[in-house]
Amino acid sequence: MAKLNREEVERIAELAKLTLSDAEKDMFQEQLSNILEYAEMLQQVDTTGIPPTTSALPLNNVMRPDELALSLPNDEALSNAPDAEDGSFKVRAVLD
Amino acid sequence: MELYSLTIHEAQEKLRQGEISSVELTESVLERIDAVEAKVGAYISLQPELAVRMAEMADERRAVGEDRPLLGIPLGIKDTIITHGVPTTAASKILDGFVPPFDATAIDRLRQAGAVFVGKTNCDEFAMGSSTEYSAFHPTRNPRNLNCVPGGSSGGSAAAVGAGEALGSLGSDTGGSVRLPASFCGVVGLKPTYGRVSRYGLIAFGSSLDQVGPITKDVEDAAILLNAIAGHDARDSTSLNAPVPNYVDEIKQGDGLKGIKVGIPQEYFTEGMEPGVAQTVRAAIDHLADLGAEPVEVSLPNTGYGIPAYYIVATAEASANLSRYDGVRFGLRQDGGDMWNTFSQTREAGFGPEVKRRIMLGTYALSAGYYDAYYLQAQKVRTLLRQDFERAFEKVDVMVSPVAPMVAFEINAKVDDPLQMYLTDVLTVSLNLAGVCGISIPCGFSEGMPVGLQIIGPALGESAILRTAYQYEQTTDWHKQPAEL
Repeated sequence: MAKLNREEVERIAELAKLTLSDAEKDMFQEQLSNILEYAEMLQQVDTTGIPPTTSALPLNNVMRPDELALSLPNDEALSNAPDAEDGSFKVRAVLD
Repeated sequence: MELYSLTIHEAQEKLRQGEISSVELTESVLERIDAVEAKVGAYISLQPELAVRMAEMADERRAVGEDRPLLGIPLGIKDTIITHGVPTTAASKILDGFVPPFDATAIDRLRQAGAVFVGKTNCDEFAMGSSTEYSAFHPTRNPRNLNCVPGGSSGGSAAAVGAGEALGSLGSDTGGSVRLPASFCGVVGLKPTYGRVSRYGLIAFGSSLDQVGPITKDVEDAAILLNAIAGHDARDSTSLNAPVPNYVDEIKQGDGLKGIKVGIPQEYFTEGMEPGVAQTVRAAIDHLADLGAEPVEVSLPNTGYGIPAYYIVATAEASANLSRYDGVRFGLRQDGGDMWNTFSQTREAGFGPEVKRRIMLGTYALSAGYYDAYYLQAQKVRTLLRQDFERAFEKVDVMVSPVAPMVAFEINAKVDDPLQMYLTDVLTVSLNLAGVCGISIPCGFSEGMPVGLQIIGPALGESAILRTAYQYEQTTDWHKQPAEL
C-alpha cells in the first residue's frame, strides 16, 4: 500500500496545487514511498476503542461575544497584495 | 566582559543601576553581529537603525522612572513570528518581501515589556526541518563548530544567542524546533505547554502542535521571557485561560530538589543513541539525585510511534495551513495565464523541496481512501501517546531525557535523506503531540559539542521544569562556557 506510483504522485500534486517538474516527481515518488513505508508501523497499533485526539488539551468550543471591533484598515490589508484594484484583491478571471 | 555576553538578568541589573544604557548594550550586540554574523548566518534580516531607536526610547523611558521586565534588552525574533512593519518571510521565497501590517501577540507583549528587536532569525522554511539547512536563503552554522548545523528549525534563534548576537530570542516549536537547536548550540530552550503562549501571529505550520518559546543563555532568562509572553489571548481560541505565575519567583522556591520525583523514561534511551550523549545525560541525572531528587524509572510505551504519528499529523495540518499561499493576498505571484495555473505555478516557484514534500505527504494522508489509515490512525495513536504522559505524571513530578540521540551533525550530512532528518526529532515530537511542556538545558559535552538535558513537565508544569532546570544550573557551569568564535 505504501509504494506510490507515478499517477498517485501526480494526483496528490494536483490536489496540493503544485506543478511539479519530472525530476521532482521522481524524487518525491521515492522519498514519499520510503516515508509512508516507515509510517506503516502505525497500522500495527491496536487502537480499538481509542478516540482520535482532536485537541491536545481539554478545550471545548470557545465562544466570545459577537461585538463590533476595529479591524485592519482596507489599505493595510491590501498593502502586500501582488495586485489590487478598487480596494479589492485582483486575480485572474475565475470564470471565462 | 563585553556587554553582549551578559545574560538578560545581568543586563537588567546593570541597566537598573545605571551602570550601562540600552544604547550601549544594543550597540555592543550590533558590533558583535558585525564581527561574527558572516561566519554564523543567524539572521535573515537585521534592523540595526530600528534597534538603536528602540534602545534610545528605552533609555528615555528609564530616565523618567519606568522599569519594565525587558526594558532595553536586545532580542532576536524567529522569522516565523509576525512583526509589524518588519519583513517576515518564514525563510520562504513565497513570503519574500512580505511586510506584516500587525504584530503577533508574543511580539506585542515583548514590546509592552520594553524589548529591543535586533533582527529576524533564520530557520528552516516554514519551520519544517531539524537543521536550518532548509532555509530558502542560507544555512546557519553552529557557533560551537562552524562545520556543524545549529539544529532546527529555530537554528538562527539558538545560534544568535550562542554567538552573543542577541541576549535572548524567540523560536517556535512544533516537534522540537526550540529544544533541538538549543541543545545543539549549548543554550536554553523552552517549549511551553500548548496554549500557554498565544499563537496569534505565529505563521502556522501544525496548528495543534505549534508553540512560541524562548531561547536564552540561562534558565532565569527563560523564565523572564516566558513571564512576558505567556497568558490568555482572545485572538487565539486555543490559548489557555489559566493564571500566569511569576516564573522568576517560582524557580527559586523549594529546598534544592528535595522531594522532587524525576522520572526516567526508559524508551528515551534508545538503541542507536550516541554513547557520549547517553553518558552525559546519565551523569546529569546522577547530579539531580545528589541535589535531593528521587529518580524513578518510568515507561512511555508508545514512544516508538511518536515519529510516524507526528509526521502524519503535522504534515496533514501543514498541507491545510499552507493552502493560503496562493499568490492572491500576499507574497509571491507567478502568473500562469489562468487562475488555477497561477495558484499552482506560484506554489511551485515559491516553496522549497522540504515544504513541497510535507505538503505532498499531508495531502496524501488526508486524501480520500487514505484518511482512515493514516490521519485518523495517527490521531488515535496520539491519544495513546498522551495517555502515556498522563500515567507517568501520576508517579513523577518531571521527567528527564536527552533532547536528541546525537550532538550537532555536520552540514549536508542529512539534507538529502528526509527520513534520517525526521528521526533527529525522535525524543522531542511526543511532547508536542501530548501538549505538555519541556526545556532543554546544557548538561555537558560529547565529542566537543554540547549535549542538552530535556526536562519534561505535565500540562502547565512550567514552574516544575524551570525549577528543576534552575537547581541543576546553579550547581553546574555548562551554561557559562560560551562558544569561541
